[in-house]
Amino acid sequence: MARVLVFGELGSKGLNSGVAKAVRCAMDLQPAALDVLCLVADESQEGIKQAARLQGVTKVLVRIHDAFAEPLAAVMGNALVEMAGDYTHILAANTTVGRDILPRVAARLGVQQISDIMRVESERVFDRPTYAGNAITTVEAPEGMVVVATVRTASYRAVPEEGDAVVEAQPFNVSPPSHTRFVERREAKGERPDLQTARKVVSGGRAVGSSENFQIIANLADRLGAAVGASRAAVDAGYAPNELQVGQTGKIIAPDLYVAIGISGAIQHLAGIKDAGTIVAINKDGEAPIFEIADLGLEGDLFKVIPELEKLLP
Amino acid sequence: MSDMKIMVGVKRVIDYNVRVQVKSDGSGVVTDGVKMSINPFDEIALEEALRLKEAGKAAEVIAVSVGPSQAQEQLRTALAMGADRGILVTTAEQPQPLAVAKIFAALYAKEQPGLVILGKQAIDDDAGQVPQMLAGLLDVAQATNASKVELEGESARVTREIDTGIEVIEIRLPAVLSVDLRLNEPRYVKLPDIMKAKKKPIETIDAQALGVERLTFLRVIKTSTPPARQGGHKVGSVEELVQELKQRGFV
Repeated sequence: MARVLVFGELGSKGLNSGVAKAVRCAMDLQPAALDVLCLVADESQEGIKQAARLQGVTKVLVRIHDAFAEPLAAVMGNALVEMAGDYTHILAANTTVGRDILPRVAARLGVQQISDIMRVESERVFDRPTYAGNAITTVEAPEGMVVVATVRTASYRAVPEEGDAVVEAQPFNVSPPSHTRFVERREAKGERPDLQTARKVVSGGRAVGSSENFQIIANLADRLGAAVGASRAAVDAGYAPNELQVGQTGKIIAPDLYVAIGISGAIQHLAGIKDAGTIVAINKDGEAPIFEIADLGLEGDLFKVIPELEKLLP
Repeated sequence: MSDMKIMVGVKRVIDYNVRVQVKSDGSGVVTDGVKMSINPFDEIALEEALRLKEAGKAAEVIAVSVGPSQAQEQLRTALAMGADRGILVTTAEQPQPLAVAKIFAALYAKEQPGLVILGKQAIDDDAGQVPQMLAGLLDVAQATNASKVELEGESARVTREIDTGIEVIEIRLPAVLSVDLRLNEPRYVKLPDIMKAKKKPIETIDAQALGVERLTFLRVIKTSTPPARQGGHKVGSVEELVQELKQRGFV
């Protein structure tokens, strides 16, 4: 029987939304135990209670040390390595934090990590995407070795917060390496829904033309109660910040509604939206590849279409 | 540390403009007659190493490729871009990331670079593991998804792209960096550089000679094509679009 440890990533907004999705993936292993590990400097972290409410969780293990104030891979990785002995599987959501830490853990445990699990076939057999999602590779982990894997959050729904798991907190002894020091983090603040979890997303591409014009995309998103996204071209050109990039190397998302405005639809971008419910494309170029996969397409100049759209929205 | 060596990884992958096709027998993807290139993230890694050298902060840039003998081509391109020499580590089969990390660790022991700069992921297997694994095996600092690198003596201040924005960390060398898209724009190779690169040395070593016997750990059962998304239809006007969005309950 599987015994699964899920990395309980915490951030400035509490428990990372990917954790509830990684727990859903862990449930597919039909585990005998499903523990969430929260590494904290401060026991009063709100995210701990949230982790305990996740359905399916057996225990929330809280380990406390000042060095856990920031998610440095070398520090947290060493803690995960120490905890690994009791488990058959170690999972983390495929966030930038999870992807930073987990391969380090796998290497130190001497195992090959599985990146971006999108389906569990059995305790040792998993599907994962390759080639920007244009191929799916089915892999089997060897017997007798711990499975270390990240979970493709766009493939899983969050488990509901209906559980009541035991929280077991204790100090943890680590000797943090002196080679890495956290300096600062600059996060966008705002009331907009989070791109990774939003039900609706409005994204702008190169055709938006400038960072000033990008406000048009943001305004439409606000009208729809949507998060804002961007194509790589728009981010490269400086129209939108990096954390808004959707695609193979940016965020892979699965909103119910995705509105792509002035985005041509390179395969690298499509890789980020394959699991969206309804895709709407607005583009001047009727031949743009985005129209091949869009559920609803509208050919037209975004600078004319958006004002008209805003007028007609209830 | 102006006598510092920088090691960069250069992976041979299917060019990013190619529409990849899965083989009908499920054994992989079609590579016959398909254009191959340097993994785009690795080009950015190499560009960063070259700029550090040009700024007088490093003495030598070594490009390393792990894979088939044809990866010579990608190493030649790397040399034409400006790398000083190449190392081709040949493997009998496609190595998985842990094996690649072990190969780099063995080369690290031999070459003693101050920095290893790698792409944050390869666009073929999209695993994104080798840099972190290498740092873990060497027990040195790692800075992934770098979008700015400021090297000062024995330490580096690295700006990283993260899900929520930007993070800055300071690391002590030796260290492993993985690079993101916005770090730099790689230079184009000019014809005279291609000619010059022909004289630069490429050393070929077999992975076994570096003590790395095992190349794969996971058994690849099959490769398949994901279900295709069915396209919908175009609407003729904004009114029609709003109508459809209403019907679907989005507005």
